[in-house]
Amino acid sequence: MQLTLWTYEGPPHVGAMRIATAMKNVHYVLHAPQGDTYADLMFTMIERRDRRPPVTYTTFQARDLGSDTAELFKRSVVEAHDRHRPDLMIVGASCTAELIQDDPGGLAAGLDLPIPVVPLELPAYQKKENWGAAETFYQIVRALTKRPHQVAASDERRQDRRPRCNLLGPTALGFRHRDDVVEITRLVATLGIDINVIAPLDASPADIARLCDADFNIVLYPEIAMNAATYLKRTFGQPMTKTVPIGVGATMDFIDELGALAGIDTTEARATLGSRLPWYSRSVDSTYLTGKRVFIFGDASHVVAAARVAAKELGFTVAGLGTYSREFAREVRAAAESYGVEALITDDYLAVEERVQELQPELVLGTQMERHIAKRLGIPCAVISAPVHVQDFPARYSPQMGFEGANVLFDTWVHPLMMGLEEHLLAMFRTDFEFQDGAAPSHLGPGRVDATSAAVAAEPPLPAAANSTAETLEGPVAPKWADDAETELRKIPFFVRGKARRNTERFATDRGVTTISIETLYDAKAHYSR
Amino acid sequence: MTVVPRTSALSHANASGTGCADRPVIVEHGQREVFCGLTSIIWLHRKIQDAFFLVVGSRTCAHLIQSAAGVMIFAEPRFATAIIDERDLAGLADVNEELDRVVAQLLSRRPDIRMLFLVGSCPSEVIKLDLPRAAQRLSRTHAPAVKILSYSGSGIETTFTQGEDACLTALVNELPQETDAAIPSLLVVGSLAEVVEDQLNRLFASLGTFDVAFLPPRKAEALPAVGPNTRFLLAQPFLTDTARALTERGGRHLPASFPLGARGTTDWLHAAAQAFDVPDAHFRDVTRAGEERAKRALEPHRFRLAGKSVFFFPDSQLEIPLARFLSEELGMVPLEVGSPYLNRRIMAAEIDRLPASVQLSEGQDVDRQLDRCKAAKPDLVVCGLGLANPLEAQGLTTKWSIELLFAPTQGYDQAGDLAALFSRPFERRARLEVPGCN
Ligand code: SF4
Repeated sequence: MQLTLWTYEGPPHVGAMRIATAMKNVHYVLHAPQGDTYADLMFTMIERRDRRPPVTYTTFQARDLGSDTAELFKRSVVEAHDRHRPDLMIVGASCTAELIQDDPGGLAAGLDLPIPVVPLELPAYQKKENWGAAETFYQIVRALTKRPHQVAASDERRQDRRPRCNLLGPTALGFRHRDDVVEITRLVATLGIDINVIAPLDASPADIARLCDADFNIVLYPEIAMNAATYLKRTFGQPMTKTVPIGVGATMDFIDELGALAGIDTTEARATLGSRLPWYSRSVDSTYLTGKRVFIFGDASHVVAAARVAAKELGFTVAGLGTYSREFAREVRAAAESYGVEALITDDYLAVEERVQELQPELVLGTQMERHIAKRLGIPCAVISAPVHVQDFPARYSPQMGFEGANVLFDTWVHPLMMGLEEHLLAMFRTDFEFQDGAAPSHLGPGRVDATSAAVAAEPPLPAAANSTAETLEGPVAPKWADDAETELRKIPFFVRGKARRNTERFATDRGVTTISIETLYDAKAHYSR
Repeated sequence: MTVVPRTSALSHANASGTGCADRPVIVEHGQREVFCGLTSIIWLHRKIQDAFFLVVGSRTCAHLIQSAAGVMIFAEPRFATAIIDERDLAGLADVNEELDRVVAQLLSRRPDIRMLFLVGSCPSEVIKLDLPRAAQRLSRTHAPAVKILSYSGSGIETTFTQGEDACLTALVNELPQETDAAIPSLLVVGSLAEVVEDQLNRLFASLGTFDVAFLPPRKAEALPAVGPNTRFLLAQPFLTDTARALTERGGRHLPASFPLGARGTTDWLHAAAQAFDVPDAHFRDVTRAGEERAKRALEPHRFRLAGKSVFFFPDSQLEIPLARFLSEELGMVPLEVGSPYLNRRIMAAEIDRLPASVQLSEGQDVDRQLDRCKAAKPDLVVCGLGLANPLEAQGLTTKWSIELLFAPTQGYDQAGDLAALFSRPFERRARLEVPGCN
């Protein structure tokens, strides 16, 4: 049993819903109680889909238990088939139905529907959303693709046509999947490679059956597509890409990979294509980005990619990184090691909060959850990964992948820092009557400060004071701040003030200093300067 | 504007009881598109400020509350989920010991908690985890600092607002017994926004000198007493079990309509006034100003809404009182009014006042109901979050119903706000000039 305040991932059947909802002509019958229908709203409200997810819930109640939940399930399958006439049915159980063991797969098979039915076993008490999505996609691919002997040897087919690939992984409710697909499709076309099928997003069961017609697979989102791609490799000998094309360097590597897989020359593409990121990053205006300490958290692929961009393309220092994707812990640990930090592998929101507080980074790249942590601690933040929020479906084109994606990363990561600098410059003029230190940094949440609370808010939230629960300072009593030292501390930009306060207090405590003076502050600064 | 004498409202309030026996009701047992009772935690935890709600359930339960709450991440919420995992199910860990451990962990993090609710879910019920027993055991361990109670919010037992009903029922068992010398007092039952409680308190104070208390209280430590001298008014229509439990404790239910709109509020207050022998003339003096203000606030919305038809999907059990309000006070035409559960006794005063043409439905078969809705072509559909955008995409105008629970809507001074929730979708349609939007 685990105490959970917020979850990064939903249950595995929500992953299955993301696949079913992404696809065309698929219907999912889910053996589940009524409350589980909440999942619909994520698709209709967060992603603003104009259609209900293609899911029928049996919504059994207590009075059905033990008597006829199996009958109810069968009736639901038949009715759903009659009403929706899908080309493929997937069936399964949510957490509660798993406990009553009605065997949805067996029951549905007994109905002899005239369409393929894919049963799902998604252990709800062990696994989570991404695992469920990957498993569902894999099961559908396995069930619908032809058998290997039905496929002609690929070498013959390759003779007089352009190379051809599948794009695997984009789902409903995916973080920027909609735009990544557009960006990568364009890039692939520019290289002279055709796209055979994009799946699961907008793919029909008939499209899935054609997956084997491609020469190789692009795995856009390993969390979702790795299992299916591995199966396709094993079964049809289709190789797959390994690079997730987020960032300029990764996109270049991706192009090289495509070149090798498709047997084409990419020299020209490499020379002509590109992003504004490299120049923007080299321009002197970006000097102040140097060595900014960044904490990165999210799903494994986005975190590994973000760390590379942060370190190599923006010149940040990776102060810490981690993921909630336990399935990819190995990859994330390896990446962390290369930046000389220890990976945080957890789905416990409180552990992440604690780490951020400990590290006092100058920028957080995380999920919507880390955005809230960062907001509370007064640290700038950009969102790089699911779980998604309505803001992660912007009206504008906003991919993370490819060259345009790199432009988007530059803007969205640097913007909060620039704003931070601007706020600091403003604060330097705070004695001017137009400016008021009480105004909270406008980019870090509601900037409204009414007159009575201005005094309290004058100091933007400081970690030690801001969080009353997660952190209890044990051991020796925290040293006091002399008034002039406190005033001096305020002259430090707010986005590093938390770190300065903390370092100084630690420095003072270590030396048995009970009152922090201006001298202590600068002694500590010298001590910690690297 | 002429002032309409408010006679009909009073006479109607007394004519309840015959109700919907003769009305045809569509009863369906198909797919229900409604939340489970866990969802009530979203407003209950904000209402009882020193209580914590610990769901004992699955990742689905945790995800439900998080998704239904929007991504409203507060500093630290006063709810959480103890997620059951395979070790608990496989018997590798003793579930009760695990629960004790999690509760201890939680309480050490949150020393400010005075009352902890263990909230049962479908999984905890299917594995027959005895939460009432666990609550007793844990109460002994953590007494006197924390009182530990339990109730079920599971989707196999409860629908959406029934979670509040179950929670308040658990609270009723904890209420102190009133003293023998107690004078008759009024208990207002059902979560209300603080601003509404304060307004109602002022009205009750002007009506007479009886004591008024609210359930749930703002502080878990301030539980009101109950006994044979307690008269209670339901402020929410979904409190069937709470009403029963209060009756068992000796309380007397004052049947009334619900305090939505000008007339709804007057009738509701009048039920209390009668129970405490407030002279009618005095009652009118006290309520006149508020009622007139409410009517003035409704007038502009009436202009927009009169004659428009409305279709309710089942959601919170507020559908019938809302349909009454919309038809009686704003001139709207309810077509179908769905309710997840129809308590004919509690709803009697409301159902009586619905036009005869209204089709009531209980339970749900969402696909069939969507068919009926499309055929009926209502001007406005009141529905849950899962259905709203898909219906909008088909050209219908919708109002999502969960807001009707979160926003303060009861009492005279919220009547206009309540009406605005229904007229805003029309106003928005009228303003927008974007292609594809009719
Ligand atoms: S319906 Fe049951 S399993 Fe689903 S969220 Fe509600 S309590 Fe949990």
